[in-house]
Amino acid sequence: MSQSYNRGLVEDFGRWREFTAGMWAWIFHKFTGWVLVGYLFTHIAVLSTATTGANAYTDTIQGLESLLVVRIMEVGLLAVAVFHILNGVRLLFVDLGLGLESQDKSFYASLVVTGVIVLASIPTFLEGAF
Amino acid sequence: MSTQVPEEKEQSETEQEVNAETEAEISEGASYGDQRRDQRDAQRRQSVSGAPADIEGESFRLKVFRYDPEVEGKMEPRFDDFAVPKQKGMTVLDALIYARDRYDTTLTFRHSCRQAVCGSDALFINGRQRLGCQTQISDLEEPVRVEPLPHQDVVKDLVVDMEHFYDQMHAVEPFFQPEEDPDGDLEEYRQTRENREKIKMSTRCIWCGACMSSCNIAAGDNQYLGPAAINKAYRFAMDEREGENMKEHRLNVMDQEHGVWRCQTQFSCTNVCPKDIPLTEHIQELKREAVKQNLKFW
Repeated sequence: MSQSYNRGLVEDFGRWREFTAGMWAWIFHKFTGWVLVGYLFTHIAVLSTATTGANAYTDTIQGLESLLVVRIMEVGLLAVAVFHILNGVRLLFVDLGLGLESQDKSFYASLVVTGVIVLASIPTFLEGAF
Repeated sequence: MSTQVPEEKEQSETEQEVNAETEAEISEGASYGDQRRDQRDAQRRQSVSGAPADIEGESFRLKVFRYDPEVEGKMEPRFDDFAVPKQKGMTVLDALIYARDRYDTTLTFRHSCRQAVCGSDALFINGRQRLGCQTQISDLEEPVRVEPLPHQDVVKDLVVDMEHFYDQMHAVEPFFQPEEDPDGDLEEYRQTRENREKIKMSTRCIWCGACMSSCNIAAGDNQYLGPAAINKAYRFAMDEREGENMKEHRLNVMDQEHGVWRCQTQFSCTNVCPKDIPLTEHIQELKREAVKQNLKFW
C-alpha cells in the first residue's frame, strides 16, 4: 500500500539489543568472513613483494612485524579466523540437523573457545614487540 | 464488545466473593433460589459500577505505536502512552482492548479468538514478535511497548498489510494433493503413526506471520518464501500419503534460490514462533532432501 509506513531495515538493525544468539552468530560470521577476505588481499600484497627480490620481501615483513599495531592486528586476525572456523563447524552441524536445540549454546561456546585461544596466543604474538 | 474483558474478570472475582456469601447464607437457611437471585443482583451491581478487578492500586504503562495515513496530524508515526490497571491474568490483548475502550476508540488492532489459535494478533511486543492474547502482562518488563510486526507495511496503528505473507503461503500450494484416492468411497486417507508424529509440529502453524516478520533474510529479499511457507511445504512434502511424484514437485519448488537456500539459520523464526514449531529444523531438513534428490553418483 503506497500510503503505508515502512520502517525499513535501518531501524531494525538499530534494534541490536533485541537480537538473539542465532542472529549474533550470523552477524559475526558475516563480519569475520569479510575480514578474512580483506586479509587475503593484504596477504597476497605482502607476498607479492617477493617478486621484486628476497630483500624486499624480508624488509617488508620485518618492517611490518616491528610495528606494535601489526602485532595487535594479528591477534585480532587470529580471533576472527578461530571464531569463523568454529562457527562454520557449528553451521555444519546445523545443516546436518544435529544439536539444533543447542544452537545458542554452541554459539556461546564458540565465543568462549575463541577467547581462550586468543588469550593464550597473546604472549607469542606480542613477543619482542615492546 | 471489548469492554467485557475487564468486566468478565471482575465478574469472576465477584462470583467468588458472592459464593462465599452464599455459603454463609446457606448455613443461615436461605433458599437456593434466593441465593442465586442475590448472586445475580450482586454481579449486575458490580457490572454497572464498572469497577475493574484490579490488582490493588497497581497500573502499568502501555506504549502503543500509532500511525494513521488518512488523518492529518496522525501521519507521523508516534507512541501513545496509556495507564492500564493491572489485572490478574491480563494479556497484552486485554490491555489493548482496555486502552481502546477507555481512552481512544480509534486505536486499531486485529484480534479474534483470544486463545492463540487464529493468529490474528501477532504484534511486536517489547522487542519480540508475540501473540497479544498469549502474552501475559506479568511476564513483561514495563513499560509494555507494543508495535506492529516489523518488515511489513503498516496500514494503521498496529495493523499491517499481510497480503505478501499470504501470497508466499499460497505459492507453496498449501493443500493436500494425493496421487490416488482410497479404494472405498468413504474410506479415510491412512497415515502411519510415525509419519503423523513427523509432521505433527508443522501442522500447528496458525499463519500469524510472526516468523516471517522476525526473519532478517525475508526482510531483505521480497521473493524469499519465508519460514511459514517453507514449513507449510514441509508439512505436505513429508506427508507419505502424497506420494513420491508430488514430493519431488514440492522439493523442486523449495530447491530454488529464493526457496530453502535463502535461509541462513539465524533461528529468529524458531525463537518467536508462538506454536513452538521448529521452523529452522524443518527448513534444514528440506535442504537435505533437496540435496539428496539432486545427488546422483552414476
